Amino acid sequence: MSAFIPTQSTLDPAKAIYDHTVLAGDHWVHEVKAGQVLRIVDLEGNQAADTLFYNAHDPLDRYSACDTIQRQSALYLTTGTKLISTRGNELLTIIADTCGNHDTLGGACSRESNVMRYAFEKESMHACRDSFIRGVQCWSHGLGKRDITCNINFFMNVPVTPDGQLRFADGVSGPGFYVELRAEMDVIALMSNCPQLNNPCNAYNPTPVRVLIWD
Amino acid sequence: MSEPIYTHELSGAGMWSRIIGRHKTLRLTDLEGGANVGMLLYHASERHERYNMPDTLKGQHIFYLRAPYCVHSDMGRLFASITKDTVGWHDTVCGASDARLVQAKYGEKNFQAARNDFHRNGRECFLIELAKWGLGERDLVPNLSWFSKVVSDDDGKLSFVSGHSKAGDHIDLRFDMDTLVVMNTCQHPLDPDPVYHPRRVKLEVFNTPPPELDDPSFTVRPENARAHRNTDDFYLLAR
Repeated sequence: MSAFIPTQSTLDPAKAIYDHTVLAGDHWVHEVKAGQVLRIVDLEGNQAADTLFYNAHDPLDRYSACDTIQRQSALYLTTGTKLISTRGNELLTIIADTCGNHDTLGGACSRESNVMRYAFEKESMHACRDSFIRGVQCWSHGLGKRDITCNINFFMNVPVTPDGQLRFADGVSGPGFYVELRAEMDVIALMSNCPQLNNPCNAYNPTPVRVLIWD
Repeated sequence: MSEPIYTHELSGAGMWSRIIGRHKTLRLTDLEGGANVGMLLYHASERHERYNMPDTLKGQHIFYLRAPYCVHSDMGRLFASITKDTVGWHDTVCGASDARLVQAKYGEKNFQAARNDFHRNGRECFLIELAKWGLGERDLVPNLSWFSKVVSDDDGKLSFVSGHSKAGDHIDLRFDMDTLVVMNTCQHPLDPDPVYHPRRVKLEVFNTPPPELDDPSFTVRPENARAHRNTDDFYLLAR
């Protein structure tokens, strides 16, 4: 990994129009209007904020990991990355990032994949996909599991090597690190603040994240 | 293997969708070299169970597919195991082309002027075939791109490896679930070739025996052994 230059924001949290803490294991659904700025803060460090975005007016048009990777010919998300929808539209742009490396290959944990990845007895443990399902059900529009696709893992480090290995490495985030995104259209943000207790990437300790929005 | 029970030649930028039963094997053969097969997979009867790129990659600690790895669903189960592979690297992170990309790269060529040589794109081919099974945009997820190789450098910048698959290269997928297979042969979205030239691919389906417990698809990763058991459990309970 080459040296990363963090990009700071000058926005003042005291002037945010919205300021909310999402506890680990909770879901969060909120609209971000075109031109507004969303900041996600990793309060205690190395937490995975699993996040999806949808066009607020037509949820069939939603975040696409593949189109985001393809458009930029790049795997990792950081300042300057445009988040692209399934219809090829720009949903949001990352405009500040003190972490420097966000994943969109690792997807979300699910109770079913925890069984596959870890052990049969992990099936009862809370997982992101269940939070995502509750989140889209609360948002309504008749959305459900079909509408949950490959997400962004803010603050998660999933390095890929030139010979094609993929691993979940120790985080490169830390307490207070943040990422900031400007909405290019009215979007709905859906977050599952990851409750994973089986992966060393968060030191087996899921922690809260803070979300702020500015006009 | 014995004689195929089905053969079909898919034209360049052709599309195809069928249900292939558990323990049958689909062989895809690159007829010209440089083929790309975009593929999406759904559980034949429970179609909101679908191919999951993240679980496939993180469950096997890989960034690409090759034998003897498996193609995972989003329910902890397996759609298929790669039982033979003369290519060795297949992309699954770059998605499919869309109309905007094909227009920008290859220019406009409509049916009126070009008849069936008109320019198609991967996204529309997927949506057309998905609609025939009651599926649509909600079901579009990251797809497989058989025969195409894309590598990452240490910073995550991607590059397409041209000339990767040769004429005659093939891959065998033994299905572990009854699976709706949706595919097209549009060019890979990161293929830098400025010429619109989607390649033909041969499809063959064989009857094959169920895997034994020492099958390489089980032993390559403990995650795959558990996913095989989850898959077997589905049929134990459902049938």
